[in-house]
Amino acid sequence: MTEVITAGAQRPAGDVGGAATLAEICAVACARAWEGDGEILASPITLIPSIGARLARATTDPDLLLSDGEASLAGGLWAVGDDPPEIEGWLPYRAVFDVCWSGKRHVMMGPVQLDRFGNANLSAIGDFDRPKRALLGMRGAPGNTVNHPTSYWVRRHSPRVFVEKVDVVCGIGYDRAAAAGPTAGEFLDLRRVVTDLAVLDFGGPDGAMRLVSTHPGVTVDDVVEATGFELALADEIGTTPLPTAEELQLIREVIDPKGLREREVKPR
Amino acid sequence: MADKLMTEADVISRLSSGMTIGIGGWGSRRKPMSLVRALLRSEVTDLTVVSYGGPDVGLLLAAGKVSHLVYGFVSLDSIPLEPHFRAARERGGVRFTEYDEGMLQWGLNAAANRLPFLPTRAGLASDVLRSNPDLRTVRSPYGEEELLAMPALRLDAALVHMNRADTAGNAQYLGIDPYFDDLFCRAADRAYVSAERIVPTAELLAAGPPQSLLIQRWHTHGVVHAPNGAHFTSCEPDYGRDEAFQRAYAEAAADPQAWEAFVARYLSSDESHYQETVGATA
Repeated sequence: MTEVITAGAQRPAGDVGGAATLAEICAVACARAWEGDGEILASPITLIPSIGARLARATTDPDLLLSDGEASLAGGLWAVGDDPPEIEGWLPYRAVFDVCWSGKRHVMMGPVQLDRFGNANLSAIGDFDRPKRALLGMRGAPGNTVNHPTSYWVRRHSPRVFVEKVDVVCGIGYDRAAAAGPTAGEFLDLRRVVTDLAVLDFGGPDGAMRLVSTHPGVTVDDVVEATGFELALADEIGTTPLPTAEELQLIREVIDPKGLREREVKPR
Repeated sequence: MADKLMTEADVISRLSSGMTIGIGGWGSRRKPMSLVRALLRSEVTDLTVVSYGGPDVGLLLAAGKVSHLVYGFVSLDSIPLEPHFRAARERGGVRFTEYDEGMLQWGLNAAANRLPFLPTRAGLASDVLRSNPDLRTVRSPYGEEELLAMPALRLDAALVHMNRADTAGNAQYLGIDPYFDDLFCRAADRAYVSAERIVPTAELLAAGPPQSLLIQRWHTHGVVHAPNGAHFTSCEPDYGRDEAFQRAYAEAAADPQAWEAFVARYLSSDESHYQETVGATA
């Protein structure tokens, strides 16, 4: 049995006997994003989603394909920062676009801003033509969202990230897709948002973001307060499931033995 | 077979101000940096640059060579945001055409195949359309789909860096990812290939299989011998990225005075001076 603690408590990394940390709860919530996806490419961006995707393949979704972060499809299970035990395919950048556009991919990206209907920004803060702060650029967000399932990971849930309207629409949301016509929304499939406070989906009216569960020790009001738009609420808002003993062991001993996750997500 | 061997300066002498130049590689990986450095030293300016951008874009922006940048991102990989790119975006004065990464490849494909555009879903409903008001959508003649018509990105010239080449312009990559270098060459009126080593044609297959021969000589108009020519970006398996140098570059780029000193030390003279200075620092 897993000991239940609040998200405010923290144990040293690698302590397999200890209760789940917030980072571990988040990683497991990310893993669930790919549940039932079958034989598709799971593309986690940044550390916590990467732990989640590897965990998903090691537990509930063994058919998922994973990249090694360079240009190969990796088999087996391996630690973040290490090389995978086996290579099962070649995936140079040119092939990534083929996979994207075929729909056989589910990405989890980390937006700088995310709004009520799931529009995501990673390009610039402020006006596009004269940004207050320039960011990376559109990257693959427009093509990803219009072609295949997309989830988001937000390491710090705040009104600065969860805004009424994003400054630049890179990943498209349900309102923009609806306005652009049926082709834009044909394959749009925003699945899940995992943050350091909660799990959300887009089951609200007209595809609005909806609170599904709060992490242990977090209240619904905490999430509403940290969100800069009117948040839809699921009929029953539960507590985000805690990792099982098997999941904790995989995270701590195999996937992230150095405990890098604890630097990424810190309880408030 | 024609001997197309030339120097970086020969390549740059074939370029002129106002041209559209495509640059191969990806982020801070296998960039034709010796050609970029030669371009920095030249009078050529007012360029439209098409790139999966890294320090190639950063350096050209910092030198005021770019009037129009066409890109999907500009990154140093291990340092997520290219500092000169960030500064240029925030300063303004350059036209920025930001596409989805896949759209960029699609536009090069259209150009390579002599098509005016190619349809795609990528970009629909996003601000790619808002920041590029010239983009149009097109109705499928076979159905109801309304798709984005990605315009051809025709290049006057392409600059790429490969691991091996012969003097006729057959060129080989030995790393794991070809990036889009062949596509840049096919989308260009003239393609210039720099390479770590120039070898006799018969020796190309000693280093890798036929499928590693990415660029064929009918695309190539010039071949440059450029050992360490991708520095400080990676050129696997010949060498990895010079992370220490990249950090120094990024730190200098964040401060005008430090940048002036960086330029004076590394970029004020020719390529051999650069390579000597870099070798001395390593």
